[in-house]
Order: sequence, then structure tokens, then C-alpha cells
Amino acid sequence: MSSTVVQGDFPSPSNAKTPTRAMSHPPPQKKARSGPMADRIFGWVAKGAAIGTLLLLLAILVTLTMSAWPAISKYGFSFLTSTVWDPVQDEYGGLVMIYGTLATSFIALLIAVPVSFGIALFLTELSPAWLKRPLGTAIELLAAVPSIVYGMWGLLVFGPVLATYVQQPLQAAFDGVPYLGAFVSGPPVGIGILSAGIILAIMVIPFISAVMRDVFEVTPPLLKESAYGLGATTWEVVSKVVLPYTKTGVIGGIMLGLGRAIGETMAVTFVIGNFNQLDSLSLFQAANSITSALANEFAEAGEGLHQAALMYLGLVLFFITFVILSLSKLLLSQLRKAEGTKT
Amino acid sequence: MQLCFKLPLLSLAVASTLGFAGLAGAQEITGAGASFPAPLYSKWAAEYNKATGVKVNYQSIGSGGGIKQIDSKTVDFGASDMPQTDEVLKTKGQMQFPTVMGGVVPVINIKGIEPGSMKLTGQVLGDIYLGKIARWNDPAIKALNPTLALPDAAIAQVRRADGSGTTFIFTNYLSKVNAEWKTKVGEGTAVNWPVGAGGKGNEGVAAFVARLPNSLGYVEYSYVKQNKLNYAVMQNSAGSFVKPEDDSFKAAAAGADWSKSFYQILTNQPGKDAWPISGATFILMHLKQDKPANATETLKFFNWAFANGGKSASDLDYVPMPPAVVASIQKSWGEIKDASGKPVAFK
Repeated sequence: MSSTVVQGDFPSPSNAKTPTRAMSHPPPQKKARSGPMADRIFGWVAKGAAIGTLLLLLAILVTLTMSAWPAISKYGFSFLTSTVWDPVQDEYGGLVMIYGTLATSFIALLIAVPVSFGIALFLTELSPAWLKRPLGTAIELLAAVPSIVYGMWGLLVFGPVLATYVQQPLQAAFDGVPYLGAFVSGPPVGIGILSAGIILAIMVIPFISAVMRDVFEVTPPLLKESAYGLGATTWEVVSKVVLPYTKTGVIGGIMLGLGRAIGETMAVTFVIGNFNQLDSLSLFQAANSITSALANEFAEAGEGLHQAALMYLGLVLFFITFVILSLSKLLLSQLRKAEGTKT
Repeated sequence: MQLCFKLPLLSLAVASTLGFAGLAGAQEITGAGASFPAPLYSKWAAEYNKATGVKVNYQSIGSGGGIKQIDSKTVDFGASDMPQTDEVLKTKGQMQFPTVMGGVVPVINIKGIEPGSMKLTGQVLGDIYLGKIARWNDPAIKALNPTLALPDAAIAQVRRADGSGTTFIFTNYLSKVNAEWKTKVGEGTAVNWPVGAGGKGNEGVAAFVARLPNSLGYVEYSYVKQNKLNYAVMQNSAGSFVKPEDDSFKAAAAGADWSKSFYQILTNQPGKDAWPISGATFILMHLKQDKPANATETLKFFNWAFANGGKSASDLDYVPMPPAVVASIQKSWGEIKDASGKPVAFK
């Protein structure tokens, strides 16, 4: 395949010297060129789309801040450290939800990244050719399942399974053990931080693995074959050639998955238990997340502080996403720097 | 070629404009709010449309949303499961009236216990949701149910995660009958629950209770009936244990004094047959109408519903208001006036 490309790059001399053949392939008729005006209009449209998106983002930020202002001015940053959420007394703090969002997303990535890496690796390096397409499509199909279906499945099927085969044995094993016992305590119902994290992992695996597979596939065969030629094992090729070559794409894919995990609402609402507590950090204790609190309470939230506190939570979510994006950019630039210092 | 593509588009556009113009010609009223009566309002709207050609558009966005929408006058009527106090209504220049009633029912999932055989009191129910009574074989539950084989198992409390009128009725009742609940938690569409897992919507709570062994939850009566859930009977303020059913909800409504104010919360009503956790759902309208024609159509719709909608209400397991209450509702409609101060017609 690479040889044909090389040939095409050079003008074939036989073509230039035979005018009769050139006549049989007349040059294409000149189309009326679009005027400079059309170019300019297209430029404006493109620029407008880019700026419009930016303005929209700014407008969202401004509206969020304005609606959240009553809560911001009342609580300031103490909102981020308070665990009280009491609509009856009009007292609000967001730590429970912030912790829930971060903890579930972390668990999701902890599970999804290695699994997605394995899937992508299998599909690009190990899988027999006939299996590649059906398997790839099947995994991509997971992304098309509506999140409420994951939520219902998590509540009705997965939750009880987790409770019976994971939680209860763990609780029996760690009963009375300090720390570890507390870590797995909670009512044996199979809902909470862990089940939300696992459901989220299943939801983000197709995203991360699809991106990883695509970037693994664009690694130049030349590099891989050379490495194999030098006697490298598959793992050495992947870890020393493919991963360094594709790290931007891989981190981009992970960030895409993380973004989805942080923003996911419906599935989390079903399995997290929606309980505002932070007394127990148990994996099996019901908790709450930012998106879940917003979805549950916004429709019935009264004017004033309750609504403003929910808006504040939205703003915090916005900020978390922003920080994570920035961190990933920072990570990439660090990686690039490290590359530069190597000889 | 391009023209060919444009022509059908153009005709489509013209047709849709004409279509909208046609719709605007016919009467159309909009309402928004509570989700609890939404299935009934939709059914009434469909039947009313068949009978009169008037289109009633009801959006089920939640009671809080309904109150917001009617305050900003974007809808002809708002709907709320939580009645507004007379003072609030006065400052807003609005009035309210009840449409139908329903009950909130504690549902349980314990192996070997038949529906309706578990007896509970408000005090015990409150203590369970406070976390003070944590096991089914607690002496307090045993004292009420000496003959039942109560399991030695933790109670898995289930409650609504989303703000809802159901929660308001439930917590209002607990505040009335359990002093500690009143001081520690209080009442509202969403409260700071001391224990328990939250399900989204009545269906979420019903699913939780059905899945979790030894759980206790609360849902609207219609969910109990349609899903054949296992329920508990409650002791009312007269001391008798009653089953959740149409008659016990009606008995609760009969105990309230509707003649002076429609601000009636039907929890813990007197009467030996009254179901203690009952509630009505309400419609909110502005007293001074900018669009009297729409107000007339709205009142006509509810007037029709009170006269002809009883069967649909019973079919969907809602309880219609007693005739005496309907009469005072119709009387109260005289307060709704147009800009010149003339009462809007509803007949």
C-alpha cells in the first residue's frame, strides 16, 4: 500500500510525453470561481459561529452567577465546606454533592480507563480481523443506550446483584475491622457511591475506548513494524511506541469520558440514593451528586435561597469541569516538556 | 433544480402558518404545575376538547413551577399540591380552589406480611423516618402488631428524592403527630431527611420498595392500587385504624371546614373513618384578569370537570370533591374579575 503512495507522488514521465493520451483525458472545465465576496461571507459565518459559541458560554456563566448571587453573597466559600442541606430551615451547603460528584467520577474513571485501554488494545493489536468490526460496533452501541435505561437497570438489576454478591460478603468479611469495616458499611441495598460509579464506568467506557481505538489506529505502521522488527513484544510496542505517539488523543478521550461522568444526571439519580449525608464515607452508603440534586429539586425549589443554592451548585459544576480541562492541558504540556528534555 | 426544492418548502411554510392561524382562532387555555393531578387534567382536557372543541394545554412541571408560572402570568391557571395561605394569596392577588383529593400511603415490603395487616401510628412512622426505630422487631412496632411475625431486620427507609407535593403532605402529617419530627425536620416539598434512600418520583419510590426487602416508603394512593403494593393501615386522630381507600379520603375531606377558606390541609383530620395522610390538589388563578376571555374558558373547563369529570377521576383513583365543596368553589369564582371589575362568566 505504501508503495502506491510513493509512486503517485512523482509525475510519471510517460504521461507528459504522450499528448494523445492527454487529449483523451481533457482537463476539467473551469467552473466559475466563487468570488472573493463568497469567501468573505464564509469567513464571517465561520468566525460568527466561533464567537457566538464563546458568547453563549459567557452568557451562561453570567446568568448562572447572577441567579446564584443570593447564595454566593450569603455563604461565600463556606458553601463549599458545609454539609447542611435543609430546604425547610433555608440552610444550604454543597460539600455532600461536590464530594458525591467527584467520588463517583473518580470511581468511574478508575474502572473505565483500564478496561477501555484493554478494549482499544485488543481491537487494534490482538483481535482477529473478522472480530474487529462487530466488536467495535457493539461497544459503540453501548454509547447509544439512553442514560435512563442504565439508571433503571442499575436500580432494578445491578443494585440487588451488587448487594447480594459484593456488599454482603464484604461486610461479613470486614465486620469489626477498623476503617475497612466502615468503608463497606451501610444498608444492604446496593445503591450508593460505588454503584453510581460502576454504572458511570459502563456509560463512559464506549466513549473512551472509541477514542483510544481511533488514535491507536493512526499510529504509523512504519513505527510499529520497526519496533516489532527490533524484537519488541506487543506490550513493549504499545507502551513504548503507540502510547507516547497517541498520548494527546488518549488523554483527550479520558477527559471526554470524565466530562460525561461528571455531567451525567439521570442514571446517577437512580442509583446514588439521593441522601445528603457525609457522616459515613462508605462506598455503599447512599449519597448525592450535584447533577442529581439539581434534577431532583429544581422543579419544586421555591424562589429565593433554595433556587440560588441550586444555581450555585451549577456554577461549582461548571468550575469543576473547567479545572479538570485546564489540568488536562497542563498535564499534556508537561508531558511535551518532558519529551523535549529527553535525548 | 433549486427552485424545485424550494417550492414544497414554501408551501409547507405557508400551510404551517395557516395552521397556526387556525389554531389561534379556536380557544386554547394553558395551565402548568403539579404532577400529581397531571394524568387527570390531561384526561379531562381530552374529554373537554371532544365535547366543546376548546383545547386545554396542561404542563406537568411540578407545584413550584406552577406557582412561578402563574405569578409571572405566563399561564391561565397554575396548579399546586401545596395550598397557599390566604395571606400569600392576598399579597399576590390570586385565589385558589381544590379540584380532587388523594392520599399518601405507607408501603412496605416484608416477606410474609399481607397487605393491610401491618398497623402503624403517626408517632411510630415519624420515629422510623427519624431513624429512632431502626428495626422491624422494635417494641413500638411489636406493640401495635402483636400477632405479626416481624423480622429481626433493619428498616430500609425510602422517600422521595425530588421535591414534591406528596412529600409535603407526608411531612406535614408527621409534623402534626410527631413533635420531634416537627422540631428536627419540619414540613415542605423537600426536607432534610435524617435517614433513607431517595427515589425519583412515585414510580422511583415504588420501584425501590418493591426491590428492597424490609423496606418502607410512601407513595400516592393510585400507585398502591395500580401496582398492587403492600401497604400499612394507619391510626387516625380518632384512634381507629383505617385502610387507604376512596371512602376514607372522602371522610378526611368532610372533616375540613371549606366554607371560609380553601387553605385546608387534610392531614390528621377528625372523623373515625378519615385517612390521616390525605390531601387535595389546588388550582391558582389571578383575581384580576387581563384576559377575561381566557379566564372564562378556564372556569368553564373546571365547571365542566366538576359536573362531568367525576368518573374519569374515580377511574384514575382520584377522589372527587364533595358536592357541598364544589358549590362553595363555584361561589368563590365570583371573585375573579376583569379589568373593569365585572366578574368573569363561567357558564
